[in-house]
Amino acid sequence: MNPSLSQESILPLVAVLVSLAAVPAILLSGRRPNLREFWTFAAAVAKFACVLALVPGALRGETAGITLLPIAPGVSFSLSADPLGVFFALVASSLWIVTTVYSIGYMRGNGEKRQTRYFAAFALSLASTIGIAFADNLLTFLVFYEVLTLATYPLVVHKETPAAIRAGRMYLAYALTAGLLFLAASGWLYARTGSLDFAAGGIIESGMFTGGEMKVLFMLFLAGVGVKSGIMPLHSWLPAAMVAPTPVSALLHAVAVVKSGAFGVLRVTGFVFGPDTMVDYGLDTILAVFAGTTIILASMIALRQDNLKKRLAFSTVGHLSYIVLGAAIISPAALTGSMLHLSAHAFMKITLFFCAGAIYVHTHKTEISQLNGLGRSMPWTFGAFTIGSLGLAGIPPLNGFVSKWWLCVGSLETGREWALAIFLLSGVLNAGYFFPIVIRAFFFAPPTPVRGDEHVHHPHGEASAWMVAPLCTTALLAVVFGLFPNFPFPFFELAEHVVEAVMQAAPTAILPELPSIVP
Amino acid sequence: MIAQHLPILVVLTFFAGALLMPLAGLLHRRAPWMVAVCTCFTATLAAVYALLHVAAEGTVRYAMGGWRPPIGIELVADPLSTFVAVVLGLLSLIVMVHSREPVEREIEGEPITYYASAMLLLGGLSGIVMTGDLFNLYVFLEISSLASYALLGCGSARASVSAFRYLMLGTLGASFYLIGVGFMFVDTGSLNMADVTAIFAETGLTPLTTLAVIFILVGMGIKMALLPLHQWLPDAYTYAPATSTALIAPIGTKVAAYVLIRLLYEVFPAEAIRHLHLLDVIAALGAVGIIWGSVMALPQKNIKRMLAYSSVAQIGYIALGIGLGTTYGFIGAILHILNHACMKGCLFMVTANLEARGKGIRIDGLTAELRREMPVTAACFTIAAISMIGLPPTAGFFSKWYLLLGSYEEGRWIYIAVILISSLLNAVYFFRIIERMYLGGGEEAPAQAPSPRGTALLIGPVLALGLSLIALGVGNLLIVNYFILPMLPFAP
Repeated sequence: MNPSLSQESILPLVAVLVSLAAVPAILLSGRRPNLREFWTFAAAVAKFACVLALVPGALRGETAGITLLPIAPGVSFSLSADPLGVFFALVASSLWIVTTVYSIGYMRGNGEKRQTRYFAAFALSLASTIGIAFADNLLTFLVFYEVLTLATYPLVVHKETPAAIRAGRMYLAYALTAGLLFLAASGWLYARTGSLDFAAGGIIESGMFTGGEMKVLFMLFLAGVGVKSGIMPLHSWLPAAMVAPTPVSALLHAVAVVKSGAFGVLRVTGFVFGPDTMVDYGLDTILAVFAGTTIILASMIALRQDNLKKRLAFSTVGHLSYIVLGAAIISPAALTGSMLHLSAHAFMKITLFFCAGAIYVHTHKTEISQLNGLGRSMPWTFGAFTIGSLGLAGIPPLNGFVSKWWLCVGSLETGREWALAIFLLSGVLNAGYFFPIVIRAFFFAPPTPVRGDEHVHHPHGEASAWMVAPLCTTALLAVVFGLFPNFPFPFFELAEHVVEAVMQAAPTAILPELPSIVP
Repeated sequence: MIAQHLPILVVLTFFAGALLMPLAGLLHRRAPWMVAVCTCFTATLAAVYALLHVAAEGTVRYAMGGWRPPIGIELVADPLSTFVAVVLGLLSLIVMVHSREPVEREIEGEPITYYASAMLLLGGLSGIVMTGDLFNLYVFLEISSLASYALLGCGSARASVSAFRYLMLGTLGASFYLIGVGFMFVDTGSLNMADVTAIFAETGLTPLTTLAVIFILVGMGIKMALLPLHQWLPDAYTYAPATSTALIAPIGTKVAAYVLIRLLYEVFPAEAIRHLHLLDVIAALGAVGIIWGSVMALPQKNIKRMLAYSSVAQIGYIALGIGLGTTYGFIGAILHILNHACMKGCLFMVTANLEARGKGIRIDGLTAELRREMPVTAACFTIAAISMIGLPPTAGFFSKWYLLLGSYEEGRWIYIAVILISSLLNAVYFFRIIERMYLGGGEEAPAQAPSPRGTALLIGPVLALGLSLIALGVGNLLIVNYFILPMLPFAP
């Protein structure tokens, strides 16, 4: 980080600590649910306030940070809020507030057990997510990355059914292995360069590693962050983890955990290796091959899922690789798109998961084939679902269109027409697996009750307001961000700052001249 | 005034404690326990004072009875020996505080002999640490060994069998060491470590030296339970009384590792080490031990046996660090002596707590009910397990980090793979237990079972060690900078 622009500030630390401090408070007030939920709210709002307070500085291009103590020779435990970190923290902390409201509706409406453990683990997960966002070097990043793994494990196994326990084991196996490979990569990097600090534009200079070594090092890092960001073939834990309660799937498996992985990809490519090294050693191609394959394959698999949450999970796998592919196309516009997609996908996918959870709590339906005609009795829920689906398919004027536009411009800018093809094909596939759900819900006739089946619960109307209000909020935000990329949060401006720092070039939305695709 | 007697102070405190035991036994049933705690406390104070004094003023050499070395016996307080003495003192203090209930329950008859043996063991071990004389080291080795046979063999009938096996192998180890020292005496005409070093520097290598080095290393390998000389360890740890295991597992093998460091880096001629590829051999044995111990720990049904195999693996980490022979490797080895002592002490005291509640030590007996009855113990187990796996920010992560850096420095890719694979294996066998403890069962708190008296004494020490693992992790660089770097045998 440029020292002249860095400021001493404890705000990043406070942002991490508020939800950490909430953990014992939540555990101790387990017998009084309202007080317990108050702590979560207080922590969520305080965290969001801290992150918001960091935004103006980040917009000025400053980096507010604090170095706590050295934890290894030459490496300090330090947090700093640079534009990229603030960007991710803003997404995660704003959505935590919404998810808390939703969690209360979901957990109480569903009569879930062990809610104390659930809310405590949730608070710990968010503390580590913000820690990941503000980590100033690889070792600090790794500390929070591993804590996040451990903190989300109780949430994955929450139901304690054999399937949940299996999913938990799988998650640990994948995530811990990833952490170890990341550790191996960091150790190697430190032994060779003596530094682990993130710096915009990369810290590896050419000549430090031979070509082969560079590729191995990159693959180690990629495996480390690739598990959480669901890059195939490291994605299998994510669909399995859908046994978790839906708010967990919504915030952690669509935003915090998986985006920590995607965020890790952005850090590794932009702040460890740097665009020049990526291109010089052909690392961008490796990354692009993995990401491109993942986008197409995940969309194909999503088409075949009947379980709503599984379909959403595979869709998540595909969309995470948009972010990764955006980082692999080394261009200012693509990186902008990559970051914007990080926030856009978060708002849209959390809406879809909220809808899935509302449907489940209200009607106990989990399969897509059971949703016929449900849109008529739950218009708000399915209205929000429609907005999310359209956005993910990249239809204007939703925020999913904006991020995709940038990604497409970036592909053309660098002459990677195949990437453009992938994005467009994926858009079609997205429409293919989301629109049938909407059509079923609104236009198919509801199933006539089978005789002798009348006692089965067929409620009418919407789920509780605790769930419907959050999902409408996020859907509304998805529309607003599509129209005004800087309102209410300046996502676009932050992305611009990051791109300028990493690429030393500003992104342009319209190509000066259309590159000749047809020779 | 006291400072010049520092090297002998820790050792004498323990022996004085052992002598006081019979008297204390006359006073009150629990007086031996109190004497043991006070002894360990005094010894720890002395060790900490020695550590700080040495850090400030430099090495203190002490000639026993005023006889000048190399004729007389010399004790040396330098950064390395005082550091290990502090680890030994602190751990023994914590284990002794914890020991009241387990000893009263498990040891038949008067606890005098038990505590006297424990003090003799600690006196012997601290003697090994402080001495600067090869033969005197043998004497202390025998004292500590005899005491540890007694400690491991009391209690159940199976304990005596496994302790007898340890006695056979342990005596063999001590004999190997003695033969080695004999050869070395023939070779150099001296038993003082510093003197021997100087003579080797002059005379160079002879075949006899090589033989001596090999004998000594095999002897210490047995004491340290370095693969493939570890056969005595799993049985001995499994069947011994809980306190004996909690005392010997964290400290006993570490002292042997200390001797290895001392002899390899300071006494043995560098030429012999290079010629025999000793460091490579030790690192390789350590690496094999890491994997073998972890694999053997996987299928165990008895938690103490699982921890015993895990000890074999962890000793492998220390051996690996020693064998790397680089700055980072050395730091990793020393730091792991401290970290592993705290982790294993914590884990074995947890098993003692389980036994105290009549829960047994079978892994399938660890259930969610147990965790609700003993929340603090279960939480400490989890912290220690996470540290054993080596996840940040616990202590175990950082010893692994230094060992990794050491392996990278030397370009030993195989060791990097070994360290990573071992972490995964650790995760498998510890999460197996954590899963059992934290999942399943109802939500509501159990009807408060009447807790046995003295629960605070059972929980307090476990909690102290559990929390220390996080403190040691976060503050590891302080320890490295202030205490470990000054003891480096070579320029960093």
